Amino acid sequence: MSQEKPREMRLVNPRPKTLIDRPTHFCPGCHHGIIHRLTAEAIDYFNLRETAIGVASVGCSVFLYDFMATDVLEAPHGRACAAATGMKRAQPDKIIYTYQGDGDLAAIGTSEVIHSANRGELITVVFVNNTNYGMTGGQMAPTTLLGQKTTTTPYGRDFKRDGYPIRMSELLATLEGVAFCARGAVNKPANIKKTRELIRRAFEVQLKGIGFGFVEVVSACPTDWGLKPLDAIKRVEDELIPYYPLGVLKDKKEADHF
Amino acid sequence: MVFTVHREPWTVDRKMKKLIKGNDAIAMAAIEAGCRFYYGYPITPQNDIPEYLAREFPKIGAVFLQAESEVAAINMVLGSAASGQRAMISSSGPGISLMQEGLSYMAGSEVPCVVVNIERSGPGLGGISPSQGDYFQATRGGGHGDYRTPVLAPSSVQEMYDLTFLAFDLADDYRNPVVILADAMLGQMKEPLDRRRPATRELPPKTWALTGCAGRKPQLLKSLYLGVRELDKHCWELYQKYERVKQREIRWEETLTGDAELVVVAFGSAARISKTAVADARREGLKVGLFRPITLYPYPEQRLSDLAQKAKAFLVVELNTGQMVEDVRMAVGKSKPVEFYGRPPGAEALPMPIEILDQIREVYP
Repeated sequence: MSQEKPREMRLVNPRPKTLIDRPTHFCPGCHHGIIHRLTAEAIDYFNLRETAIGVASVGCSVFLYDFMATDVLEAPHGRACAAATGMKRAQPDKIIYTYQGDGDLAAIGTSEVIHSANRGELITVVFVNNTNYGMTGGQMAPTTLLGQKTTTTPYGRDFKRDGYPIRMSELLATLEGVAFCARGAVNKPANIKKTRELIRRAFEVQLKGIGFGFVEVVSACPTDWGLKPLDAIKRVEDELIPYYPLGVLKDKKEADHF
Repeated sequence: MVFTVHREPWTVDRKMKKLIKGNDAIAMAAIEAGCRFYYGYPITPQNDIPEYLAREFPKIGAVFLQAESEVAAINMVLGSAASGQRAMISSSGPGISLMQEGLSYMAGSEVPCVVVNIERSGPGLGGISPSQGDYFQATRGGGHGDYRTPVLAPSSVQEMYDLTFLAFDLADDYRNPVVILADAMLGQMKEPLDRRRPATRELPPKTWALTGCAGRKPQLLKSLYLGVRELDKHCWELYQKYERVKQREIRWEETLTGDAELVVVAFGSAARISKTAVADARREGLKVGLFRPITLYPYPEQRLSDLAQKAKAFLVVELNTGQMVEDVRMAVGKSKPVEFYGRPPGAEALPMPIEILDQIREVYP
């Protein structure tokens, strides 16, 4: 008589090894936690945890090192791509990734990201666009939508004074050094699934030596938007995605710039 | 005791002697000191350094990269230095201004590098003539927060070479950026160089380097400390480190100070010109000596204070309107007069030794 085994429980969606088991301190409804996880999943997918080195930026994204189980360097505001350049040049066998917000990458770090992309640096950039400066309390960013109220545009962003929201992915896709450039969102499961693929591919182009990998993730900042988490998700769908369309803007299959 | 970079007396080995520009001597020494990463941005009067390395680095598999700005360049240095490699950057005043953010971060997260400032004249775009107007910027930090950077001031091509080795050693020993403060005159002039390498020191292993976490826990290099009592602790630890630098690394050179009634205090180019003036004054029977700080931070204040016991007066000569003179006055105190002769920069504004001799005669006690 065979002994009946208890029915095995199987964890279908385990925590990525690269994501430290610790509650995030992000605000309720913030998308950083999901994007951290997707980044960690991509690192796990290629089994890169021990060879990957992160470069954290300034903003809410600075806490990357509290959650990613890789070596991490903290760069000055906007300079993550430059620091990542120095790191990749020193350790071509390592996988270097930056994780930057829109204030960091699209304002003060515009020069660094453009020139790193243009040089075709073999680095991966995860760019979180939540249309404002989250950590400092919700000021206008270059990505803030027209009419959007922030603490420094209390009457709404006015194009006559502040110019237009900048589409970094479209800008960067024009540069020869960029191997992969795409925009995703994490406002619903379908988009999370697609963004997982995008981030994975942004690492893959580095691994294969094709060039600069870039993924923009349109994301919610409920606290600074003054919205409940569900309303913030709705805003991503109704207002952000129409202006920042999702999809792959560029995907080179092989290196052609070396 | 006088601390200078020690060299054995010259023995005949012509191959080791070379006529070379100051800027090239720094670049050559950087290679010999094991620097394999250079990031920079063009600016006069230091372009010989990146041009030398752009030519020589590819031959040895080292990385030379011209950055889009000095802001980016110093952060590239951060990335390579955080990887555990010796990295250098060079520029002149305006570019060094742009690097202050990166230097503050590197000091805060204890990442070593060597920064070469071949001074031109400011403020603003100023000019390209030799200047010592960046003394405050170099010795007082320049960037934000409570940090220091050791500053080495060569006054010959030989010292441009020798002090570059020392700069890399200090940087690695204390995990801090180290500044070499020279100027257009030292950078552009040619002198014979003794290429025998100066003594270097044993250095601690770079266990802090970010090289991927294979076989160990993930590591972090950061300067953000938000936890309760974290940042003050960090600042005091940095302070203790700077105190160790003060105890061990102060260097200066004295010429004829033994019986001097008047001590001329000058560094770099100004010291070079003053040395001739001091020799001329001696020929006239004036008891004049020269005190030349080699480390501007930490400053040899104790030795100056000791000299003030015997000397009757001091004359500070600088190529600016008076910056180091504040440190001299602090060291000497009010007991002895400290006179100042300043020559701010400009086209053909460098003083002749005779002009400094005139000052010596005027203030001689």
